[in-house]
Amino acid sequence: MSRLCLMLSVVLAAGTSLPAADWRQFRGNDATGVVDDQAVPTSWTETENRAWAAELPGRGLSGPIIVGKKVFLTASSGFSSDRLHILCLDADTGARLWHRQFTAMGRTMCHNKMCVATPTPCSDGKRVFAFFSSNDVICLDLEGNLQWLRALTLDYPNASNSLGMSSSPLVLGSTLVLQVENDSESFACGLDVDTGLNRWKHDRPVAANWTSPSIFSKAGSSDDDQLVLLQSSRGLTAIRPYSGTTVWNYGTGCSTIPSSVAVKETVYVPSNGLTALTPEEGASAPKVKWNVGRLGPGTPSPIVVGDYVYVVNNAGVLNGANIQTGDATIQLRLPGSGAFSSTPIAANGNIYLFREGGMAIVVQGGDKPKVESSFDLKETILCTPAIADGGLYVRSDKHLWKIAK
Amino acid sequence: MFLRWLSASVRCSLVTGLISVFGTEAVAAPISANDFAEAVKSIKQVGPEGQGNAEASAAFQRLISAGPEQLIPVLATVDEDTSPRAANWLESAAETIAAKSIEQKLPLPAKDLEKFVLDRKHHPASRHLAFDLLVQADPTAPDRLVPGMLNDPSVELRRLSVERVIAEGEATLKAEKKPEALEIFKKAMSGARDDDQVQAIVKRLEELGEKVDLPKHFGFVTTWHLIGPFDNREKKGFNVAYPPEKKVDLAEEIEGKEGVKVKWTPYTTPDRYGTVDLAKAQDKFKGAISYAVAEFVSDKGQTVDVRLGTPNAWKVWVNGELIFAREEYHRGHKLDQYKMRARLKPGRNEILIKVCQNEQKEDWAQEWQFQLRICDSTGTAVLPATPATASAR
Repeated sequence: MSRLCLMLSVVLAAGTSLPAADWRQFRGNDATGVVDDQAVPTSWTETENRAWAAELPGRGLSGPIIVGKKVFLTASSGFSSDRLHILCLDADTGARLWHRQFTAMGRTMCHNKMCVATPTPCSDGKRVFAFFSSNDVICLDLEGNLQWLRALTLDYPNASNSLGMSSSPLVLGSTLVLQVENDSESFACGLDVDTGLNRWKHDRPVAANWTSPSIFSKAGSSDDDQLVLLQSSRGLTAIRPYSGTTVWNYGTGCSTIPSSVAVKETVYVPSNGLTALTPEEGASAPKVKWNVGRLGPGTPSPIVVGDYVYVVNNAGVLNGANIQTGDATIQLRLPGSGAFSSTPIAANGNIYLFREGGMAIVVQGGDKPKVESSFDLKETILCTPAIADGGLYVRSDKHLWKIAK
Repeated sequence: MFLRWLSASVRCSLVTGLISVFGTEAVAAPISANDFAEAVKSIKQVGPEGQGNAEASAAFQRLISAGPEQLIPVLATVDEDTSPRAANWLESAAETIAAKSIEQKLPLPAKDLEKFVLDRKHHPASRHLAFDLLVQADPTAPDRLVPGMLNDPSVELRRLSVERVIAEGEATLKAEKKPEALEIFKKAMSGARDDDQVQAIVKRLEELGEKVDLPKHFGFVTTWHLIGPFDNREKKGFNVAYPPEKKVDLAEEIEGKEGVKVKWTPYTTPDRYGTVDLAKAQDKFKGAISYAVAEFVSDKGQTVDVRLGTPNAWKVWVNGELIFAREEYHRGHKLDQYKMRARLKPGRNEILIKVCQNEQKEDWAQEWQFQLRICDSTGTAVLPATPATASAR
């Protein structure tokens, strides 16, 4: 590459590169739900540390994502839940920058708790990929211009779940990875981010599955070396995102609701409670580092904060274990009552949890976690929130809030 | 500093690149009629598995760059032959053109939008989008237009109108004008297609002493002949073509599950939502399959919606042609869960359904039932003609 070309690339890249503070997909850029370099408020009231609230045009369990100074969110509305919304808001003010609507092309039936806007969208920094329970995939540029769309239920007519689909897409390099798994026609596919064409499509276990793909990366590895983890009742499979080829497989059944999380070359997978896996170079199956039967998560996925992995069980108890030993001594009953659907996220060692009824709980992590604060937003919270640029973004069916100093 | 090092053309490319990156508004680029037609043609050619997306994307850019005067022409390109994929592309182009006009503080063409909304020959989805845009341009439009939309081909616009009539009925009822309220709720019922609105209206109508024929309103098929059980242990019967799939002979006795002889029996469901509960009509069989067959006499050849709700695995045939099959058990059911298009011939048509029950033992996995209706694409019942008037008889 000539010096001129190199410099041009640098300048153009400066225009498109993303601040580290972005939160581009479900559980953030690395799908761990954790950021360590941002000061997010650990308490807030009706008036303090609430930057803004924006009204929403429909329901959603999807979480917000943030690219630069733009917040993207999906929603669905209408008697048949067939109106799909993609919103872009100003991260500083909450002002709506644009709003695009589409008509669902797949089936829209869901369990009453779920809705068509359940999967969290994702972004490669240049485009937003919105995925819905109707199995419609819509790619827009950051200005709201349609780039391409796919109607996966028109392409594969039995790919749907009458309870609703929730798997959030994941973008790695130039491939958008989707898991579409149900009782009738299951597959995973990798789509070319430029065109939406299939790069690969694999049959998957024919069984309902609401988990989302996760990312496994080794220290110092490039984007191209990252692996996608596909979880199901049959196990956990690591694939290369561009080709879809399998690198290793863990053949023990895993949960079909909470998803695995990979941190520092160890995968924490909801399987027989919680199991820590350590893949090894060239091996077709990972090693089991430890397993703790009573660390089974409820709906939320596990999270690793510092030296500990935490899960929220169906009784609303935060349980945890040391990530090296699996020593599961952590147990904290969380304030309030009611179930959790939202996966916890964390910043600066503080864990943010949301009960379905709207109670936000901030817990200081560690081997003896303690409740820092709690606040009732008084609206249904089922999404996994986002953290970007010092702000915490959380949505209900009616509002998106930014919590920030 | 380093820009000085670059040639003019490279600088130009760089600036263009940066403008593109930062999304600065482009100046509208007029489009010729031929280019417009070519762009629309490209979009209408999008196909399965992303085929044609790249061409459609370029055509989309061309349309949205053409300026606000293309808003109505783009809306008008969607017709009944437009695929759902292409309709989304074209409607998004129209929505984007409108959004860019608003960003540039250009007025939306309210009069043209209203004319478009009122012209029912346009596609319902495009008219609905045009209505939404019109309301942004002229907030007084709903009061003017919605009352006339009670029987609109757009289910969304119709719903707005029904909502107003229900509110009028409630206010009239509150004023204790019961005879007037009854007439208003009857009017609301004539337009209502969404079940939440139907339920609200039926509650009032029945309180006011009016009888409501819900199966007729929705077009439920209530009279069937049933046969079963056939074997579905380990869910292996789903793909087994038992005798009813080859030929329906109501007089025939057939070997069913475990060698037991089974025969067709008539059954009319008393359920006002048309549900045929096989666990009651036959028995609480597990690992079993039953078939139901109905005759539907059509007074003409027509394409209809066959809409099904069931928590069980199923297959549906119309006149011997399989129109869809789905192997999913106990993931819920609701009215209009599955919508399929089917062609009816004049005269007698045969609707056959295979309903499969698995062997799950949980309380929530015991339902074995279905609900089927015939309607048009708006959900308006298509009722059978009487045999005497059927052309084929």
